[in-house]
Amino acid sequence: MSFLDISHLEKSFGSNRVVKDFNLAVEKGEFISLLGPSGCGKTTVLRMVAGFESPSTGVIRIGGVDVVGTRPNQRNIGMVFQAYALFPNMTVAQNVGFGLKIKGAGRDEITARVAEMLKLIGLPDKGAAYPFQLSGGQQQRVALARALAPKPQVLLLDEPLSALDAKVRVSLRTEIRAIQRELGITTIFVTHDQEEALSISDRIVVMNGGIADQVGTPFEIYNRPTTRFVAQFVGQLNTFSAEVLDGPAGRVSVAGVPVTLPVAVAGARVDLAARPEAVRLGRGAGDDVVLPATVREVHFLGSVIRITAEIAGGRVALDTFNRPDAPPPVIGAAVELSLAARDLIPLAG
Amino acid sequence: MSLWGRITGWIVLLFGLGYFLLPLLGLTEFSLKARRGVYSFDAYAKIIGDPEFQATFAYSITMALVTIVFGVLLVVPTAYWVRLKMPWARPYVEFITLLPLVIPAIVIVFGYIRLYNTSSFLPLTGSIMGTNLLLAFGYTTLALPYMYRAVDTGMRTIDVATLTEASQSLGAGWVTILGRVILPNVVPAVLSGAFLTFAIVIGEFTLAALLNRPAFGPYLARIGANKPYEPFALSVIAFGITWACMGLIQLANRFSKHTKAAQ
Repeated sequence: MSFLDISHLEKSFGSNRVVKDFNLAVEKGEFISLLGPSGCGKTTVLRMVAGFESPSTGVIRIGGVDVVGTRPNQRNIGMVFQAYALFPNMTVAQNVGFGLKIKGAGRDEITARVAEMLKLIGLPDKGAAYPFQLSGGQQQRVALARALAPKPQVLLLDEPLSALDAKVRVSLRTEIRAIQRELGITTIFVTHDQEEALSISDRIVVMNGGIADQVGTPFEIYNRPTTRFVAQFVGQLNTFSAEVLDGPAGRVSVAGVPVTLPVAVAGARVDLAARPEAVRLGRGAGDDVVLPATVREVHFLGSVIRITAEIAGGRVALDTFNRPDAPPPVIGAAVELSLAARDLIPLAG
Repeated sequence: MSLWGRITGWIVLLFGLGYFLLPLLGLTEFSLKARRGVYSFDAYAKIIGDPEFQATFAYSITMALVTIVFGVLLVVPTAYWVRLKMPWARPYVEFITLLPLVIPAIVIVFGYIRLYNTSSFLPLTGSIMGTNLLLAFGYTTLALPYMYRAVDTGMRTIDVATLTEASQSLGAGWVTILGRVILPNVVPAVLSGAFLTFAIVIGEFTLAALLNRPAFGPYLARIGANKPYEPFALSVIAFGITWACMGLIQLANRFSKHTKAAQ
């Protein structure tokens, strides 16, 4: 049995069902991200695990114990909030030691653990400071230390990086992941930022309309999305409407070019998707789909150049690496685009 | 702003200041005229040396402190719970807390006497302690509009829901959350309410007189009816206390070292 087991979880607010038959098994020490747009139910799932919301139906087991009905203060769960939620009247050390004090730990134990936690988050000399004297990134690190100090069974992170600026966000997410690995604590991380989820998670749960659309590693989620929503929500995507020539054999026609897919398809038409980095300018070695196109937009982004080209029946975006000896094509130029049939993803749902 | 606009502003300000300050100056000046021909503090010395003044003043201060404790115990958990769990009930609670402003104190005290007289189910007026308790409840009711608003405004400056959830996730129960997290963060607001309560209780006449308790308000009225200069000295003292309370409210609001973090 998994360490954190969520099965058939549902939550309704009045007639509005915000979480529908949600199932998830999390192993001990795993870092799971709940990813989805606003209103998809990810925070509600997290709040039900924390005990701040009661499920309408379903079971949440932590370490084999059903915690539905257990009060939030008795679940031994650490939580970090988007708005930091540090206690303004307490110093950093008092904030970090709060959970231990509640547990009835001795003064020496609290002092030692607080020092350990502050060292862990890289703020060993900020114990006497008040929260308002710290930057946003520092406050969130203190919030993380406070959540970890009482040694919780599960760590819940509710969009902890959303209120920070881009640079701090990137460095703090790396720190969070490093600390999580060091402590081996089971963690659920809620975010709407796909880059964040892809970069630090062991597995990602992509949520849409209250259900878990797909659960998988970042590699699987990005490269093998199983639904149209996942494909479109995670990363950039080109979609092609293809005519099915021979469904069982996987033969389709993309923009008039016959293509054999590695999987069988059904119906008269099928939607196919390809990531911008799967499409190449010119004929790539091993590419079996070649599409004539006209360049419509060129965006120079430094190390990467994003090109938008028009093909029969649509537009395709592709990324190429910048090379000093090969300037990007000019707008209006006639080019060939190529990709491997194995990189085309049939979209369902 | 145009020159005329500025001049008009100054005229209005000076008129307002004169309207409020001139009677006070007259009152103070008269209170200093107890000795014929010279200004003196004779009236003040007489009042402060009066054992009845000392007794009634001490009684009212004690009652004010008890009222503040009652008020805090009643209002802080109520305002907290309404903000956290029952936001829909806020207009109703606000309406109830405003009632003491429209219901005269005499109505409240007659209600008390009728409900808690010696032949009632709870004869609080039958003992001194019971009557004192009733008076403290009455004062708490009178101070409710000010105390509730002060505390509620304080609660608005902190993220009550998130702080509560953060405390819960760290293992804290309701009493700990209220006592160690919420209350310390609304101390300036609670102090504002406390000082307003203090000012109200010190000068209150109706409840104390009709419940026949030796408070400062009835003493003030009695002196006013019998002595020439002392009532004016007393008025200046009472006015000074009120303004000291207002000053302390300002101090309490500036004193908070974690104001920025509460935003």
